[in-house]
Amino acid sequence: MLIDWFTVGAQVLNFLILAWLLKRFLYHPILDAIDAREQRIAQELADADRKKSEADLAREAFQRKSAAFDQERAALLNTATAAANAERQRLLDVAREEALSLSAKRQESLQSEAQALHLEISRRTRREVFAIARKALADLAGATLEERMVVAFLGRLQALSADDKEKLTSALQTAGKPIVVRSTVDLPTAQQAAIEGQVRDLLGATTTLSFETAPELVSGIELTTDGHKVAWSIEEYLVELESTVGDLLNPKLPPNAVPEKGKADVDRTAARDS
Amino acid sequence: MHLSPDDIIFWQLGGFKVNATIAYTWGLMLVLALGSHLVTRRLSKGLERSRWQNLLEIVVTGIVSQIGEVGLAKPRQYLGFLGTLFLFVGTASLFTIVPGYEPPTGSLSTTTALAICVFIAVPMFGIGECGLGEYLKEYVKPTAIMLPFNIVSELSRTLALAARLFGNMMSGTMILAILLTITPFIFPIALSALGLLTGMVQAYIFSILAAVYIAAATRSRKPPREPQAET
Repeated sequence: MLIDWFTVGAQVLNFLILAWLLKRFLYHPILDAIDAREQRIAQELADADRKKSEADLAREAFQRKSAAFDQERAALLNTATAAANAERQRLLDVAREEALSLSAKRQESLQSEAQALHLEISRRTRREVFAIARKALADLAGATLEERMVVAFLGRLQALSADDKEKLTSALQTAGKPIVVRSTVDLPTAQQAAIEGQVRDLLGATTTLSFETAPELVSGIELTTDGHKVAWSIEEYLVELESTVGDLLNPKLPPNAVPEKGKADVDRTAARDS
Repeated sequence: MHLSPDDIIFWQLGGFKVNATIAYTWGLMLVLALGSHLVTRRLSKGLERSRWQNLLEIVVTGIVSQIGEVGLAKPRQYLGFLGTLFLFVGTASLFTIVPGYEPPTGSLSTTTALAICVFIAVPMFGIGECGLGEYLKEYVKPTAIMLPFNIVSELSRTLALAARLFGNMMSGTMILAILLTITPFIFPIALSALGLLTGMVQAYIFSILAAVYIAAATRSRKPPREPQAET
């Protein structure tokens, strides 16, 4: 007999016991652990979803704030730019006015400086020319400047036209005062006498002369009476020289041109050196 | 040569005896229960877990999903019965690799006992799920003439369960024993491997068929579904 009924009963019992044991030690613990893990995972997922939604809300809020901030910043920037532009324009205007004012002052200063320099150059040139002429005359002709000056003056008197002589004579007679002869330096007596003789020959024996010294003449002699003058002076040559040198130094500058700084400095240095 | 491990008797006192079937069954019970206890006494409920726990989780969830696939609505309710059937039959086959071991399922007494358990469990689950009247009505459907046929069907499928498992397990052991006497090398190993495969397949078939019977019995109120074909 293949079936042993005692064994069958024992195996049924054994199976039931095994089922209970496995239920106790295997199925329940394992399923509980799986359930707990699934619950935990679900909870973590729910937490993650909640955090994600919170993060989304926070991100949206941040984006809104960021957009508002951007707008505000752009508005402020525009305002600041406009204010800065206005201020820059104002400062530029002020600076331009100041520059124009300074330029005008500088122009005036340069002009006055140039005038002063011009006067100084004229004065020194006169002195130098006078000295050169005196020396050249002494070296070449053995004569003093005053002698040659008197000769030239007398020559000019003689060269007067008849009409001029007439006017001069009538002027002397109406004035009734002595004729003044002014010279740069005191004339020697011989030359005074020569001038006096020449004048008496020319205008009449009663004519009286008065000799004066005038340093402002630089070098020359002049005879003045009421409204008439006969003179020889080195001043005439200097005027011509000045005209020539002026043409060389100021070649066609425009009337409002501001002189360059370097040139002004050179002019100033030249003036200082001279 | 013993045709059944029932014939190997270790101890006997009157009608009470301890034969190889019972002794090896106790051994299997001890291994299963103790192994489960050792693994599950320190279970991790977090994401980190031991390899043994992982193995047991795979086994348990695999059984649950298989029960669910058969069509039982609440698989965990039947896990204790069907899972134990599978684990017992499967472990009994798996231990055939141990020399000197006789699978208890190679005894017709054991397979009969398991078939009887199924025979009793099916109506119990059916009545528990649908109620006694509803369950009994299934026997007279579609007409009352079908009543004897349904009763014969219940008995015959129980007998078939017992005979199928016994035949497969006993034949494996017998063929192995015969081959050992003829060709002691190589072939027994191949046959042993084949026997392992057959044993696992039989464990699957036995438990799945039990699940199908239970599903058929508990589905009287629900739309009927095609039961899986018997192997």
